[in-house]
Amino acid sequence: MTEKENLGGSTLLPAYFGEFGGQFVAESLLPALDQLEKAFVDATNSPEFREELGGYLRDYLGRPTPLTECSNLPLAGEGKGFARIFLKREDLVHGGAHKTNQVIGQVLLAKRMGKTRIIAETGAGQHGTATALACALMGLECVVYMGAKDVARQQPNVYRMQLHGAKVIPVESGSGTLKDAVNEALRDWTATFHESHYLLGTAAGPHPFPTIVREFHKVISEEAKAQMLERTGKLPDVVVACVGGGSNAIGMFADFIDDEGVELVGAEPAGEGLDSGKHGATITNGQIGILHGTRSYLMRNSDGQVEESYSISAGLDYPGVGPQHAHLHATGRATYVGITDAEALQAFQYLARYEGIIPALESSHAFAYALKRAKTAEEEGQNLTILVSLSGRGDKDVDHVRRTLEENPELILKDNR
Amino acid sequence: MSRYDDLFARLDTAGEGAFVPFIMLSDPSPEEAFQIISTAIEAGADALELGVPFSDPVADGPTVAESHLRALDGGATVDSALEQIKRVRAAYPEVPIGMLIYGNVPFTRGLDRFYQEFAEAGADSILLPDVPVREGAPFSAAAAAAGIDPIYIAPANASEKTLEGVSAASKGYIYAISRDGVTGTERESSTDGLSAVVDNIKKFDGAPILLGFGISSPQHVADAIAAGASGAITGSAITKIIASHCEGEHPNPSTIRDMDGLKKDLTEFISAMKAATKKV
Repeated sequence: MTEKENLGGSTLLPAYFGEFGGQFVAESLLPALDQLEKAFVDATNSPEFREELGGYLRDYLGRPTPLTECSNLPLAGEGKGFARIFLKREDLVHGGAHKTNQVIGQVLLAKRMGKTRIIAETGAGQHGTATALACALMGLECVVYMGAKDVARQQPNVYRMQLHGAKVIPVESGSGTLKDAVNEALRDWTATFHESHYLLGTAAGPHPFPTIVREFHKVISEEAKAQMLERTGKLPDVVVACVGGGSNAIGMFADFIDDEGVELVGAEPAGEGLDSGKHGATITNGQIGILHGTRSYLMRNSDGQVEESYSISAGLDYPGVGPQHAHLHATGRATYVGITDAEALQAFQYLARYEGIIPALESSHAFAYALKRAKTAEEEGQNLTILVSLSGRGDKDVDHVRRTLEENPELILKDNR
Repeated sequence: MSRYDDLFARLDTAGEGAFVPFIMLSDPSPEEAFQIISTAIEAGADALELGVPFSDPVADGPTVAESHLRALDGGATVDSALEQIKRVRAAYPEVPIGMLIYGNVPFTRGLDRFYQEFAEAGADSILLPDVPVREGAPFSAAAAAAGIDPIYIAPANASEKTLEGVSAASKGYIYAISRDGVTGTERESSTDGLSAVVDNIKKFDGAPILLGFGISSPQHVADAIAAGASGAITGSAITKIIASHCEGEHPNPSTIRDMDGLKKDLTEFISAMKAATKKV
């Protein structure tokens, strides 16, 4: 589509990953997407831009982040002596999660385009917080749309954003969650794109967002690959990351995609179970549709109405998924598996109890998968190195986990009962 | 000759522009929507723009977005939309019926089946507000196969290249907008450079132009006609009148409190808007 002269204009970079992706937005938004794509391509080719971005990543975000090998996990009988688990510590990025990597990149692009106002959406508040802190740093006006329900249940993050000078606008329409916040951000952008940049927070949305978000998060896998080689002398056998919209996962996969021997696994939120109807495992669920500018896997009914997703972790609670993940699934290059709330809660407690790390509930999904694979490795008498994207820290989740465990004492780790 | 050709030829002879109301099917129920549509036609509407509700209408402002949700709260389905179109078509065989539907609905139903079903029900054109010309080829091809006119939006201040693409891809009419942003009366239609917008589109010798977004008063209609548009489309202003007569809170279904009162308000508004289409 991009090669030949197309009615309605063409993109500089491919807009599709196989059959997934595209630019399903109002005609009036295409000039804004074209301008962004051009700014991104120009910036990528600019040594000054790369140097400026590199400076922020190093001196402001604290990159490179460490690679930590688990000292005590897996436990004896659950994979110890068979599986080694390595954690890529994106929880130590300034802001508390990987999110800030690409936010800095996009804010610099916005400045290059002469935009003075940044629009963002947020679910739990992680992307909103990262955007707000970057706007405070760079002196840009910042407006964050957040579902009214999320505003109510994530008050500390709302206040954090306000401390950074951002205006948080509660979205009452629809279900009052992330999907509705994205709708409202897109509406704002449609009216204000001449002065505003929409700083989309995940690897979804219309082209060029999935590509931009991947390239700015690719640093995760570039660092991790070098660190694994240095530490173990070889590539990892398995790389696992959690997938909501898919931003940390695509950053964690990006530099391993061409290494065919490395198994790539995305952990999707299976919520209360894939059969319960209460989950957000978009790819595992298997339906395709168009939402928020992109064609990808989508939770929807037979009329095309988008369904509510559910996950214990707000950051994975999205009914869509980035188009490159859809393609990696379709081609078989990556595998996507469901991890339930209960499994994620167990992994959360394991890391806290045995490694002294409180992970985000999102990242706990990825770690839960690593624990499962460690067990299987022992059962099969196999040696395995597993690299986990520890995408964020769990301070934000502590209250929620405490309440959930009080209500469901059977989920409390035996050692802690 | 399509129903649009007939309509524009007739209005041209009469020295009038077209007034086209946008009305959401199933809002707040199929029966009430039918009565609203009939009222609009009896009050002077020349053609219809009918919506099929979608859960995430990102190109719509708050008024029309709420009407999508009201219809869905009432249990709206695509099958029911098709039944309503058949009923309108049977009652008004000559009136052009345009559809406004978000892209995931046809994608989910399968493009060929979707366009075929809407053609059989009696629709004349379909506009997908989140499918730009750049993504439109497979949709336009399925529309052509079913005999449906595909409509694309010509944005405000669009480049020549964009307008060329929109003109080439649109059959029946071209939906031009005079300002940035989503639908709604929050931002009025811009009358600045309205004739420049129309002239720019006309350069490419496309279908007749209907102007939409923020058209809420007879003056807006008169300005659109004076600028050389073939007519004007009003959505949010009409939807507001309907909403003001609705009882019920999302996510529960709504009903019209006083249908006679609503019919009176709609008739008054639409007659005044239609009267403003007369060329001076």
